[in-house]
Amino acid sequence: MPRAGDNLSAEQLKQNFADLPAPLELDEALTDAARCLYCFDAPCTRACPTHIDIPKFIRQIMHRNSIGAAQTILEENILGGSCARACPTEVLCEGACVDNTLLKAPVQIGRLQRYACDAATAKGVRFFEAPPPTGKRVAIVGSGPAGLSCAHELRRAGHEVVVFEARDIPGGLNTLGISAYKISTEFSLSEVELVQQIGVDIRLNHHVDADGLRQLVADYDAVFMGIGLGRTAPLGIENEDAPGVWEALDFIFQTHTKPFEDCEIGKHVLVIGAGNTAADIATQATRLGAEKVTIAYRRGEEAMPAFAYEYEYMKSDGVLFDWHAQPNRVVVSDGVATGVEFIRTKLADPSSRTSKLSTISGSEFVICADMIVKALGQVPLSGLLDSLPNLKVDSGKVSIDPATGATSIPKLFAGGDCISKGGEIVDAVQQGKIAARGINGSL
Amino acid sequence: MALPDLTTEFCGVSAPNPFWLASAPPTNSAYQVRRAFEAGWGGAVWKTLNHEPIVNVSSRYGAVDYDGRKILGLNNIELITDRTLEVNLREIAEVKRDFPNHALFVSLMVETKRETWHDIVKQTQDTGADGIELNFGCPHGMSERGMGAAVGQVPEYTRMITEWVKEVATIPVIVKLTPNVTHVATVGRAAAEGGADAISLINTINSIIGIDLDTLAPKPSVRGKGSHGGYCGPAVKPIALNMVSECARDKDINIPISGIGGIQSWQDAVEFMLVGAGSVQVCTAVMHYGFRIVEHLISGMQGWMLERGYKSTSDFVGLSVPNIRHWGDLDLNYKVVAEIDQEKCVHCGLCYIACEDGCHQSIEREQQPVDEYLASNGHRAELLRSGGITVVPGAGEDYVNILTINQDTCVGCNMCSLVCPVDRCISMKEVDTGKAPMSWSEYQEGLAAGTIDKIQPPEHV
Repeated sequence: MPRAGDNLSAEQLKQNFADLPAPLELDEALTDAARCLYCFDAPCTRACPTHIDIPKFIRQIMHRNSIGAAQTILEENILGGSCARACPTEVLCEGACVDNTLLKAPVQIGRLQRYACDAATAKGVRFFEAPPPTGKRVAIVGSGPAGLSCAHELRRAGHEVVVFEARDIPGGLNTLGISAYKISTEFSLSEVELVQQIGVDIRLNHHVDADGLRQLVADYDAVFMGIGLGRTAPLGIENEDAPGVWEALDFIFQTHTKPFEDCEIGKHVLVIGAGNTAADIATQATRLGAEKVTIAYRRGEEAMPAFAYEYEYMKSDGVLFDWHAQPNRVVVSDGVATGVEFIRTKLADPSSRTSKLSTISGSEFVICADMIVKALGQVPLSGLLDSLPNLKVDSGKVSIDPATGATSIPKLFAGGDCISKGGEIVDAVQQGKIAARGINGSL
Repeated sequence: MALPDLTTEFCGVSAPNPFWLASAPPTNSAYQVRRAFEAGWGGAVWKTLNHEPIVNVSSRYGAVDYDGRKILGLNNIELITDRTLEVNLREIAEVKRDFPNHALFVSLMVETKRETWHDIVKQTQDTGADGIELNFGCPHGMSERGMGAAVGQVPEYTRMITEWVKEVATIPVIVKLTPNVTHVATVGRAAAEGGADAISLINTINSIIGIDLDTLAPKPSVRGKGSHGGYCGPAVKPIALNMVSECARDKDINIPISGIGGIQSWQDAVEFMLVGAGSVQVCTAVMHYGFRIVEHLISGMQGWMLERGYKSTSDFVGLSVPNIRHWGDLDLNYKVVAEIDQEKCVHCGLCYIACEDGCHQSIEREQQPVDEYLASNGHRAELLRSGGITVVPGAGEDYVNILTINQDTCVGCNMCSLVCPVDRCISMKEVDTGKAPMSWSEYQEGLAAGTIDKIQPPEHV
């Protein structure tokens, strides 16, 4: 497989992966902040899963108190900097902004949030200190957004918190699974540091299996499980494991674990699926220098699960779309994948994502590609979950009490993608917060 | 229909329109005044002359910005002209010669000596200028030397110097009043008694614009120190409007008034004229945006006059004077209540919290489920659908705040309509109280005579 560095210089690749959207400058931030109406019981705050007091922090920016603004944000969401970069704000805070009605354009809440968080980071301000120890110990399994948020909240309550991370790098999908032009590896690690600063002990390369989890539950006063999900869902078609066929996360991981020039990239990248992960793959593939990137989706444009702004990014990057294309088999030549054979689909209701699909016989066609990326979402870690017979799991999601994050196993709490089967960072942060409060209440 | 002619006569001097530049930095030189007249200004008051040029400091101006807008208010510690009398007089003569149809007044301020005043007045009228404006208002720098506000704050001095000037003046004399007094009309009367042909007001207001939080020095700062200066700009307009109207209503001031203070739009200018100003003077808006703004003043006023059927500015000067009354004359039995147009409401909740915390707790807030909201009210914004999610602006946690006025307890204070960001979303509706009009004065008389009952306090507070 060719490498990005074969055709593009390190400098060019760095430019390609520059932050999108770019950070706001002071004048931009002040002007946009001045558009905020400072709503009461603000829709944006209600629409934010972590309920950041948005009008408050925007007013703080407007009055040139970016540090105070950052405190307002981080108080509710320790990963506020990441959420500012990666949240689908158009369906959350910005979607709820009343300026959509009044001015036909929302206040740029996400970018303002980043502005404030960056200002505080630049000054190295520490907002949180752990109170005197309570003598209680909590174990967190997984250092992704849910685990970090839970750990931070518990540490703020004075408990001893140990995070066990299977990988050699902390942050979970926040570090490894988001397009590098949205959240850089360095930025994610700087947020992990915020959590470490307050005294959270993160232990890397520490895989926890079912026995390990049971032991933690026995040894600690409470355990939070923020284990996320497993591999990318299989297509269930012939040759899908052939060389040249990639899983979505492996593709994204490489941009965070090695220099861009060493990332493998095909000449023609075919992405199967049209969700937000598929969008991340497609836009990153163009940035890594793929000559042609095609998204193939078995339903139509109307039912595309990717957010509208992700679609816009893809279109502006020149990504091609092949709708109503259901993969039949991976075409292999000399033991290497050279394309995918598809068959055309027909839908009873084209706008519905659950409408029944039928295929049109005789409509088979092949899209040639030297890199095929499966972007169908992840499957649950059923190996682990099935080894815990007392753990109630519903359709692959760990069942919890939504008010406390408590699972069916005493002292075991959960949050993040393992309870949602795939949500936003901001959802995971909130679930971690809820579980931390649940744990705190139980101790 | 032709646009109305704005030609305005003010104390005997005619100008193409009532918009004059105030005596200030924009009228410092012939270069500027020529540019101003070419841009369309009807008149100008040349920046204040003295026999000797003064020396200025650096820096000189400071501003109040407000939530993203620049220069809500401006202050300065600049003094009168820093150019020689000879140069100024020569330039005034040249400009007047080249612009015979424009009103060119010259602002003067000299030490309180009769001969000195006589001399500068004579030299000034030799230029052919149309009139003189006496600067009795400058609040800083000159007042410490016994000039400017030091004169304007003492009615006797104001009258005396006006008399001295009128002894030799052959052209109209305007006295410019300072607002830094308890009762401006008292000084206005003194000017009228001294023989002034007109008054102009207001000059700038004593002010410290702010403190620099890095250096802890006042702004504008001169090597880490500052001084009080003169405040002007849009923020001072209401103060000026009141002072102009006080003079316009004073039966002992029967001379024309030139209105000054924070005028930046044609509406501001019309308002000054409605409360009695025969012409208006502008400075800050020009300092901010340049002479070109006069085009907006002219076309805005013409459009308004056309709509109202006025043929000349004299048709509407002073029309609002009879409407400005003592509080005790206002009708206690008149009532308005607020009404929210639900079609227009964007659900920001600003009216609610303003009423709840600052006013009379008369707005109800109902958390309506989004589904119900969409079904019952519709939504004037186009709903965004993205990634299978429908986004409803104004909604969050599956509800929308529906705000309604409790008209039984609403006192009609206006506040909700003032904070509402949507044009004409909240309006004030008159309600029939079934009671005959009664002023506070009449109420007091009625109470004393025992003919009416005491009005009870509102029950809900």
